[in-house]
Amino acid sequence: MRRLLALAGFALCLTLAWVVPSAAQSGGEADSSQPTVLEGTLRLGFDQFFSGVEVTVVDQSGTWIGQAVTDADGQWSVVVPGAGTYRVTLDESTLPDGIGLREGFESTVEAAVTEGASRAVVFAVGDAPKGTPFGERAAQTVFNGLKFGLIIAMSAIGLSLIYGTTGLVNFAHGELVTFGAVIAWYFNSSWGGLNLIAAAIVTMIVCGMLGAGLETGLFRPLRRRRLGIFQLVVVTIGLSLLGRQVIQLFFGAEPLPYTDFQVQERWEFGPWAVTPRELVTVAVIVAILLAVGIMLQWTRFGKATRAVSDNSSLAEASGINVNRVVLMVWAMGAALAGLGGVFQGLDTDIDPFLGFQLLLLIFAGVELGGLGTAFGALAGSLIIGMSTEVSTLWISPELKFVVPLAALILVLLIRPQGLFGIKARVG
Amino acid sequence: MDFDIIFGNAARAAFGPEAVILALAAIGLNVHFGFTGLLNFGQVGFLLLGAYGTSVSVATFGWSLWVGVVVGLVLSVALAVALGFPTLRLHAVMFAIVTIAAAEIIRILIGSTDAIGLTGGPLSVSFDAGAFYDLNPYPDGPHDRYGVGTFEFTGQQMWVITVGWVLVALVSLVVYLIVSSPWGRVLKSIREDQDAARSLGKNVFSYKMQALVIGGVIGGMGGVIDAIKTSGADPNGFRPQVTFFAYTALLLGGAATYFGPVLGAILFWFLREWIESFLRQLSAEAWLPDAVADFLSGAEGVISVAMVGLTLVLLMLFRPQGITGNRTEMQLDAR
Repeated sequence: MRRLLALAGFALCLTLAWVVPSAAQSGGEADSSQPTVLEGTLRLGFDQFFSGVEVTVVDQSGTWIGQAVTDADGQWSVVVPGAGTYRVTLDESTLPDGIGLREGFESTVEAAVTEGASRAVVFAVGDAPKGTPFGERAAQTVFNGLKFGLIIAMSAIGLSLIYGTTGLVNFAHGELVTFGAVIAWYFNSSWGGLNLIAAAIVTMIVCGMLGAGLETGLFRPLRRRRLGIFQLVVVTIGLSLLGRQVIQLFFGAEPLPYTDFQVQERWEFGPWAVTPRELVTVAVIVAILLAVGIMLQWTRFGKATRAVSDNSSLAEASGINVNRVVLMVWAMGAALAGLGGVFQGLDTDIDPFLGFQLLLLIFAGVELGGLGTAFGALAGSLIIGMSTEVSTLWISPELKFVVPLAALILVLLIRPQGLFGIKARVG
Repeated sequence: MDFDIIFGNAARAAFGPEAVILALAAIGLNVHFGFTGLLNFGQVGFLLLGAYGTSVSVATFGWSLWVGVVVGLVLSVALAVALGFPTLRLHAVMFAIVTIAAAEIIRILIGSTDAIGLTGGPLSVSFDAGAFYDLNPYPDGPHDRYGVGTFEFTGQQMWVITVGWVLVALVSLVVYLIVSSPWGRVLKSIREDQDAARSLGKNVFSYKMQALVIGGVIGGMGGVIDAIKTSGADPNGFRPQVTFFAYTALLLGGAATYFGPVLGAILFWFLREWIESFLRQLSAEAWLPDAVADFLSGAEGVISVAMVGLTLVLLMLFRPQGITGNRTEMQLDAR
């Protein structure tokens, strides 16, 4: 862990921004009643959109056609007089600091459009702009991977402990993460503007109560009714769908940022340029992971938790209050998942799908380490986080989630029990 | 409040192409989960390959539509085999997660900007399904409508759903024949206790693989119908929740039954569209307070999907065997 702390001083982000047109206009059915449009969306990764960026369109001869500024969703569009080839220029100086065009992409692109069609124009934007040396980019992705891996690891604690103590695989765990991010957003940006640090603490309490409520109100009665493992999984899938839709109903589908800690100057540490909020994210999570580790290893509650994970009937027979342990595990796991959501939301903005996107990676981390092993889950999560970010050195950041998922499948091919799991024959 | 429109929309959805696609996905899942006990959570991957196999063959390579259909189905088989080898030996929960992961990998790859030249990437792909509609026996003028009142289809839609439901019937018949054979009894014995099946000398891995391939191809057929219906494919249409919708249909109708997945798919779309249309009508009502109307308008789809989630929870709590199922067949302790 000390080595991890020592690592904690680096910088991030090589995700890409590209333009995704809405699915409806697949690049050009001609319809003369429609205006001819060039358009696009400036975004980084799946959820960071850039507003206020200027895009200028000129025709082949250099005559000025139009100019657009991206809106809050990073979208811009320019109506052009008709079919033809146009030159579209992105004004790089209007991009946020630290954001620039990616290696191999130009600020001016040519786009041909047919009469009455909408044509999407792609600008690949990233936060390791052109000309950054490879070593520096590598260092930044390593820090980014560490931070992402730590967020996954903290969110995974609850999933892993709940599985260990009750055998429940909680597909709604991602929605606990989203719920945390969204509740903190409401406290921070909507209801009276609580400071984000205070909002995060309140969020942990709310999420902990939600977790405890789910356990006492739903999952404990279900265990008593001896529902099979499959039925329980389906219940959590139903909850996950329900939770995501309800969050979307109130929060909306558009990504939104927190009010606090958005614009920060990067501190330079050798090859790394890190914002203070990233340093705090890493430090807080490392501290929490250490605390959880110490608690599981040496406190009464931790020993009881491990005893229940090992054999809950035996634990009950030796006087451990199993239901209380499970309740505490739910409360703690949900609180940590909620906090994970806050950190992830701080990193990428908040939307109702934030947790579900993370869920697969949380699962991948837990499985990679070996289902039900606490240390394995941490190691697996860090590997997942690292491989996700470091892969962007070589492949398009759009594909970065493919790498950890493919790694998971490959590892399971060789070691079906995961890296630290115990071997058991299944099929 | 116009209940003619609400019920018309709901009935159209219940018997339209969407229900055909969902029914095929659910029948495939039934072979995986209902009869073999495989927790396949990546069924959408088979649909995706069926749809993209067809679309890309025609749109990018310029092959005939019928070759495209074959390509789509062959790709589904290939996915089942490629997926089965590393994963069929896994713990059931791990199998579930790896199958979701595999479907997501395919979706991300196909939908990426790097794949634009092949699959259209995020721009989606479209092709000319004329070869299919040339066979359409229904007159398809601009005013030709088939049905009663608000429950009506155009000639093209009629042709898609006729072919679709005939396919569903044939596939259901095939599943009935193979599952009620000795081969099917081995599948069920694997579902109940695979160690027992193995101790009787059955090659459990091989049977699971066969079930995975058969169910996968049936899902792939759903994808092919989807591609023909929309004359193309869009990566956003193949998110993991499609699999969960198929599970909802299967569990609603009754897993491990022959007619359950079909009934479930019809009911699923009927209820989902009914709720959505009802809410849309409701939010336009004058007597509704403005605040409520504002909240409702535009949120109808979100609410109807939320209802799907709620249905799943309630089904598992109160009727895990679904409408037509047998409770003892749903007492799986998945391994």
